[in-house]
Amino acid sequence: MYLFTEIGSNVKNMKQLEYLVLAKQTKKVINELRQGVIKPYTEVIDVCWGDPHRAGIKPLSFVRQVLAACLYPQLLESDKLLVDVRQRAKRLLEACDGGSVGSYSPTTGIPEISQKVSEFIKKRDGGVPSYPENIYISPGSQWSLANILNVLVNPEASLRTGVLTPVPCHITTITSLMGMGAVVIPYYLNEEQGWTLQVEELQRALESVKGVCNPVALYVINPGNPSGLVQSRKSIQEVIQFVSEKRLFLLADEVYQDCVFGETAEFVSYKKVLAELGPPLSDTVELASFHSASKGFMGECGLRAGYVELVNVDPTVMQYIENLFSTFSGAPTLGQIALEVMTNPPQPGDPSYPLYKKEMQQIRTTLVQNVKRVYEVLNSLPGFSCQPVEGGAFAFPTIHLPPKAIQRAKEAGMEPDTFYCLRLVEEAGLLISPGCEFGQKEATYHIRFCIMTPQDTMVEILKRLSNFHTKFVKEFS
Amino acid sequence: MNHGTALLWKRRALSSLSTTRRGLPKEKMSENGMMSRAKVLTIDTMNPTVKKVEYAVRGPIVQRAVELERELSEGMKKPFAEVIKANIGDAHAMGQQPITFFRQVLALCSYPELLSDSTFPEDAKSRACRILNSCGGNSMGSYSPSQGIESVRQDVAHYIERRDGGVPCDPDNIYLTTGASDGIVTMLKLLVCGEGTMRTGVMISIPQYPLYSAALAELGAVQINYYLNEEKCWSLDIPELQRALDEARLYCNPRALCIINPGNPTGQVQSRECIEDVIRFAAKERLFLMADEVYQDNVYAEGCHFHSFKKVLFEMGPEYSETVELASFHSTSKCYMGECGFRGGYMEIINMDNDVKAQLTKLLSVRLCPPVPGQALMDLVVNPPQPGEPSYERFIKERTATLSTLAEKAKLTEQVLNTVQGISCNPVQGAMYSFPRITIPEKAIKEATEMGQLPDMFYCMKMLEETGICLVPGSGFGQKEGTYHFRMTILPPTDKLKILLNKVQEFHQKFTQQYS
Repeated sequence: MYLFTEIGSNVKNMKQLEYLVLAKQTKKVINELRQGVIKPYTEVIDVCWGDPHRAGIKPLSFVRQVLAACLYPQLLESDKLLVDVRQRAKRLLEACDGGSVGSYSPTTGIPEISQKVSEFIKKRDGGVPSYPENIYISPGSQWSLANILNVLVNPEASLRTGVLTPVPCHITTITSLMGMGAVVIPYYLNEEQGWTLQVEELQRALESVKGVCNPVALYVINPGNPSGLVQSRKSIQEVIQFVSEKRLFLLADEVYQDCVFGETAEFVSYKKVLAELGPPLSDTVELASFHSASKGFMGECGLRAGYVELVNVDPTVMQYIENLFSTFSGAPTLGQIALEVMTNPPQPGDPSYPLYKKEMQQIRTTLVQNVKRVYEVLNSLPGFSCQPVEGGAFAFPTIHLPPKAIQRAKEAGMEPDTFYCLRLVEEAGLLISPGCEFGQKEATYHIRFCIMTPQDTMVEILKRLSNFHTKFVKEFS
Repeated sequence: MNHGTALLWKRRALSSLSTTRRGLPKEKMSENGMMSRAKVLTIDTMNPTVKKVEYAVRGPIVQRAVELERELSEGMKKPFAEVIKANIGDAHAMGQQPITFFRQVLALCSYPELLSDSTFPEDAKSRACRILNSCGGNSMGSYSPSQGIESVRQDVAHYIERRDGGVPCDPDNIYLTTGASDGIVTMLKLLVCGEGTMRTGVMISIPQYPLYSAALAELGAVQINYYLNEEKCWSLDIPELQRALDEARLYCNPRALCIINPGNPTGQVQSRECIEDVIRFAAKERLFLMADEVYQDNVYAEGCHFHSFKKVLFEMGPEYSETVELASFHSTSKCYMGECGFRGGYMEIINMDNDVKAQLTKLLSVRLCPPVPGQALMDLVVNPPQPGEPSYERFIKERTATLSTLAEKAKLTEQVLNTVQGISCNPVQGAMYSFPRITIPEKAIKEATEMGQLPDMFYCMKMLEETGICLVPGSGFGQKEGTYHFRMTILPPTDKLKILLNKVQEFHQKFTQQYS
C-alpha cells in the first residue's frame, strides 16, 4: 500500500536513539501515576538531557525580563522592569527590522548581536581578536555544526569522508554525521585517567581507517559530554599539533565552556591556545568553535540559539558557508536575544546586577555541591565508579552489571545498560541515559545523568539510584 | 600576541556581490613573504553540492541593498532617501503590527512573574499557564520532545479538524518544525535516494519559492520543473504536469510533487477542481504530495477560497484518502501573524508508512527540538481567542484589519502595475507578492548579457541603484525562457506602497526609453 518505503541508506544507517524506548516507558509510568497507580515514587525525575530548566533550575531573571519586554514593548513604558532591562530591550528591538522580534533577522544573525558575541570571545580569550564576519548564528549549535559538516563531507567522493569523534560522544553529532553519509572514526577517551584525550589514540584511530575513508576533520568536545573532562592547555596544544600535522579541520564543541566546577580545572578555548602557539600554526590551522545559549547557567535550550566562529577558513569557502546559513538556518530572534545577554550580562553598577550575581552564585554553588556529592556518593557505592566531573552538565559513571542481568538484556534484544535504565524508570521513577547511547569500550557499561539540578533533587536522584542498584544487583545475583 | 598574527587573523571582507564578480581563491602571503600551505577545506575539497545552493530572496541583490543602506547612513548622496526592501515576505519589517494577545501570552510565558500584573487580561494569563504547564520545568527554556510539545500538537490537530469541516486529524501525524522550511527540507531529505537514473526527482512549479531548488541542489536530487500557466492566472495544468513527469522518467525516478497554495511568488489560489486533479494525478503516478500551505489565510480575490489538500483528499473518498501520501506545511511567519522571527511551523503527514516515520524521527532528533516560543505561538495561532473571551474583540479587530489591508494592497498593486506599458500583472489572488511580467528592450538584454548578468537581474539592479527599491528578479524563481519578471511584496504600508509602485512605473518607463 505505501509507495514511499524506499529510504536512502544514509538515513537508514542513522542509529535510532535508545532514548525512544525509555521515553515510551516514561510516558507509560507518568500516565499510571496520573491514574493513581501506587508506586514507590510520586513523580518521575527526568535528567536524561542537559536541560537545567527541566531538572528544576530556574531561568535567570534578567534574560527573561528582557525577552518579555522585547515581546511586549508596552512593558517599556512601565516601571515594572528595572531601567537597564528596558534599555537593553529597547536597544535590541532597534536592532530588529521593523522594531519587532517577529521579523526575519539577517542571514547569519542580527549584526549587533554578532558584534557582542565577538566582543565576548575577544574578552574571554584575553584579547585575541574576533570578527563578527566569522560568526554565524543558528537555531542551536548542532545546526551550525551540521552546516559545517555539510561543507566538509563530500558525498560524491569515491572514498567516503571520515570525521574523528570521541568515545563517548553525545549522540546528536554522531547521528548527524551518519545522516550525511560520513564515516564516524571513533577515538577512545581514557576513562582511567579522567577521560583524557591521548594523542596516541588519535593516531591509532587515524591509522585504522587508512584506505577505508578520507579523514578530513577532528571533532572534540571541551568541556566533555558526557565525559565531564575539562581539557588541559597541554592537551589542547597536542590536539592542535596533531590536526596540523595530519591536515585535519578542527571542530571544537565548546558549548559547556561556562560549566566548569573542578577546583583546578580551567576552561581555555581552542582559539586562544591556537593564537598563543603563534605562526605557522596560528595562521594555518582551520578551526570551527561552537557555543550555545542552551548550556551554561542560563540553560535556555528551548530558545534554540548557538553560533560557530570560523578561524583560518578559505574566504571563498566562507561565501558558500554563508550561503548555506542564509538559505536554511534562520535563528529565532528570541534565541539570539538570549545569546546577547549571555555574552553581555549585567555588569557591576547595573541595577539588575545584584540579582543576576545572586542567581549565578546560587546556581554555581548548587552545581559545585552536586558534582562533589555525585563523586563522593557514587564512588562509595559498590557497583559504581565515577571520574571527577570537572565540567559539563553530566555525570557518566561506570556501572557494574551482574552477568545474569546482561544475559537477560540480551535475551530481550536490548543493550544491558538500556535494560538497566528501563527498569530504573519503572521501579524508581528516574529517567537517565544508558552509556550505549554515547559509545563505550566493549563490555563496559555506563549511565549518564544531568547534574544541573537543584541540590535536593540531586540528593533524591542519588538515593533512588543507589536503592535501585542494590535491588537490581540482588535480583540478578 | 604579535601584530602580524592579528593582521593575518582578519579575514578579507567579502567582495561585494554582483553576479558578475566571483572571489577567486588566492594563496595567502604571510607577513614574511612565505607562501602558506594549502588549506584542508578549499573550493576543490568542499562538498560540491553546497556550491550549487542559491537562494535569490537573500542573494546578491539584497546584499547590494544592504550596502546601499549603509552608504546612505554614512551620508553618501543617492537618488533616493531610503532603501525599500520589497524582496522578502517579512511583514513586521514593513511595519505590520503583531497580534497583541499573542505577544501578551508569550511575554507572560517568558517572565511568569508578570502573571501578577493586572494590566494583562485574564485569558492571556490562563493561556500562558497552560503553555507553561506543558513545558519541562514550566519553562520555555526546556527542550521539548523532537516532534514538538504534545498538547500543542493536539491543538494543531483540533485546528485542522475545524478548518477542514470535521475531517479527522491524528496528533501523532503532526510534527512541529523550525518554520515550514525546516519541515520541507526534512521531508526532502527523507525522500531523496538512489543513484544515476534512479536518483529521486522532485516536481516543483516554475516559478517557485527558491528554498525548494536550493534544497534539491544541496541534496543532489533531480529538480523536475512544471510550468504554471501565466496566461491563465498562473494555473496548474495537468497536461503540463504529465509532460514534465514523462520527460523526467527518462533520467530520474520521480517521487514527489510540490505545490505551493496559495502560490509564491505567483499568488494564485488553486480551485478545488484543480486540487482534485492534482490528487488524482499524484495517485495515478504514485507521487508523494508536498503541499506548502503557509499562506492559507492570505486569500483576497473574490471567488477564491483556500481548500486544504487534506480536506479535498478526504472528500474524494477512501480510494484516495487511504492511499495518497501527503505532507502539508504551515507556519507562523505569514498569514495575519507575520511572526517570521519565531521560526514556528508544523507539518501534517498523511498515510506515511510507520517504518518511514521511524526514519523521520531520526532526522528530527538531529535538530533536538523546534524553538519552544515558536511552538507556543503556533499553539495560539491554532487556538486563538474565542467569542466571549476578554481578548476576543481586540484579536478579531487586529486580524481583520491586517488581512483587509493586505487585500487592498494586493488590489492596488495589480491595478497600478497594469497601467504601466510593458508591465503586466496577474491578479494577486493570495499570498504576499506580485510577480508581474516585464518587457525588457533588446538593447538592455544585450548590455546585460555582455556584463554576464541575466536581463531581469540587470533590470532589478538598475532599479535598486536608481530608486532604492529592492525586488527579486524572476530568474531567481524560474520563468519560461524568454520571459522576464520580478517579485515584489505587497507588504510595505499603503502610503509607501503607493510611492513604491509609482517609482517602479517611472523607472520602467525611463528604462524602456533609455534602451529603446
